[in-house]
Amino acid sequence: MISCLEGHGYTDAGGSIPSPRVFQKARFPLHSGHPMGIPRLRPGDGHRMFAASSKKRETREEVTAQMDLSLIFSQIINGLQTGSVYALVALGYSMVYGIILLLNFAHGDIIMVGAYTAFYAIASFHLHPLASVLLAVLVSTVLGVAIEKVAYTPLRSAPRLSLLITAIGISFLLENGAQLLFGADTKSMDTIVTGNAALLGANVSYAALLTIAVSVVAMLALTFLVQKTKLGKAMRAVSEDMGAAQLMGISLNRTISFTFAVGSALAGIGSILYLCAYPQASPTMGSMLGLKAFVAAVLGGIGSIPGAMIGGFVIGLLEAMVSAAGLSVWKDGAVFAILIVVLLVKPTGILGRQITEKV
Amino acid sequence: MKEKKPIRIPMPLRYGINLALILALWGTFAALIGQGAITNYWSGILIMVGINIILAVSLNIATGYLGQLPLGHAGFMAVGAYAGGIFLKSTPVADLLKAGNEAACLPYVIGALVLSAVVAGIFGLIIGIPALRLRGDYLAIITLGFGEIIRVALTNIDSLLGFKFTYGAAGLKRIPKFSGFHLVFICVVLSCTLIHMIMKSRHGRAILSIRENEIAAESVGINTTYYKTMAFVVSAMLAGIAGCLYAGYLGSLYPATFKFMKSIEILVMVVLGGMGSMLGSILSAAALTILPELLRSVADYRMVAYSLALVLMMIFRPKGLLGSYDFSMSRVLEKGINGLRGVNTGKGGGAQ
Repeated sequence: MISCLEGHGYTDAGGSIPSPRVFQKARFPLHSGHPMGIPRLRPGDGHRMFAASSKKRETREEVTAQMDLSLIFSQIINGLQTGSVYALVALGYSMVYGIILLLNFAHGDIIMVGAYTAFYAIASFHLHPLASVLLAVLVSTVLGVAIEKVAYTPLRSAPRLSLLITAIGISFLLENGAQLLFGADTKSMDTIVTGNAALLGANVSYAALLTIAVSVVAMLALTFLVQKTKLGKAMRAVSEDMGAAQLMGISLNRTISFTFAVGSALAGIGSILYLCAYPQASPTMGSMLGLKAFVAAVLGGIGSIPGAMIGGFVIGLLEAMVSAAGLSVWKDGAVFAILIVVLLVKPTGILGRQITEKV
Repeated sequence: MKEKKPIRIPMPLRYGINLALILALWGTFAALIGQGAITNYWSGILIMVGINIILAVSLNIATGYLGQLPLGHAGFMAVGAYAGGIFLKSTPVADLLKAGNEAACLPYVIGALVLSAVVAGIFGLIIGIPALRLRGDYLAIITLGFGEIIRVALTNIDSLLGFKFTYGAAGLKRIPKFSGFHLVFICVVLSCTLIHMIMKSRHGRAILSIRENEIAAESVGINTTYYKTMAFVVSAMLAGIAGCLYAGYLGSLYPATFKFMKSIEILVMVVLGGMGSMLGSILSAAALTILPELLRSVADYRMVAYSLALVLMMIFRPKGLLGSYDFSMSRVLEKGINGLRGVNTGKGGGAQ
């Protein structure tokens, strides 16, 4: 029954992630009633419903309800798919903010560079997909560390405003540099992962399953890295108190670079997952994606790793729900509205720590 | 030996000197345009320079003087532009302009400018009150969010209202083109004067003290919330006026113009010129508007150069080209006179 819906989606272009396989055009196509499956009452329905509800009618309603369940399920999967990309990117934001209190605006554009790397590796150099994925992650990591060394290290003792403006400058440098190098047009490529699986009556693409699986694995690995390893301990120490950590013999430069490397590697993985969902690369694809991931990080509580994951999934699900309600043009607005509400009601986010300001 | 006192130019005279300078500047440009030395193309660029100057000095209030980093300035500009554009479309200004009756348009134009300022100011208040509770990065992000919401709303509000209001992504077209050189020049002068007078008053001092140390300012009894909101609203109002002039110059508006990118462009002007320096904002706004026109052949590199300049400036000269230096003709004159008389004035007579 769902197969008739194939081929829709991908209706909006631009920097944001369009919910992959969202049935935007053919939402609830079999009945024109309430989205939740309550059939619309027509004049005279009352009689028929109470008098003699025919068997035929009942079965139709049953089917409709089933349809809706599977539609809702596939929307949730869509939301989780975009959400896991947001979560991976949000982790990078959150880690960097946690350690040097910098909003790394360039983080979103690292994804863009990763996506272009994968695109050229596959489309122009015909590398094996797995090799291209590794290459993209490697390039993102190196780029992230290079940005930290060149632009942020000289400003470590500068006012926060200068650091923030530098980050914005780097972000625009990457965007416009990419526009010069690769052209302003959108580069489309073949999907990396194809095929669908039937799950609970809904048609779920392998790409979505892979995305969710990869992000969950990446987050588990990251949690292990931060909680159990020596470098992770150093990262936590630096984010707790930079000066004290330095006194304890932790190399500040190494730890911060390592944080950037991990964050950028996650962004690289995010870029590949983005390409799975939406096989296109454009110079500005990173900006909106990065902003929304940042919203996810703030929502979850910036500086908190599980917070970033929760935030990412919430934002992804929210977008899927807004699109499902037929308001996909307001999607970006809804995300930023969430940001504003969070900042006003609980600026520390869901899992964030309260920071008291000292004189 | 009789000690000579350094001469200090008294206050009314200082205003007189400034007025004379402004009139001279205006006279020069007016004469050049009248004689045809400045072509239509270049007077158009002059108008854009003026609009960008208003945008830069208005952002400078929030960034340079208040020390915050709002990233949604283009949103206020958009609100002002659409308010002015929609208002003027509903008035007979287009027909009056066609008939050549410019004097009759003036009340409408002034009305549009005031309306833009008021609407943008209201938005500034709505956004500022919650946003200014936050600090630093959070303020930057929340204003960025508001700016994006304004743009999304301008694009999609028609479908919600059910009638044509902003004309969505297709653009608001056929706005009467009322922005001439003289109007823009007057607006620039008025905005700069307003900012100058605010900043030299106790209100301005209070705003500066918040930038220097918010907690200390609060502890000496300055109502920081009030002054932060005031600076933010004034900044938004002036951006609204610039937006209205922009609408009247181009004649058509598209929501895509007011993206995050536009806010950054304005920010670059302020940062390059020197945060907290009005002259810096004016010069860099003028330079960054004129240079791309001169360098059309390498236009592709413009944004790359902008962003590189931003990064390099932050690393090597974080205070901007002029720092917080501001030009004062009176001070220069005083220095000259006292220098001729051989009096050491020490730190000059200027205020800052």
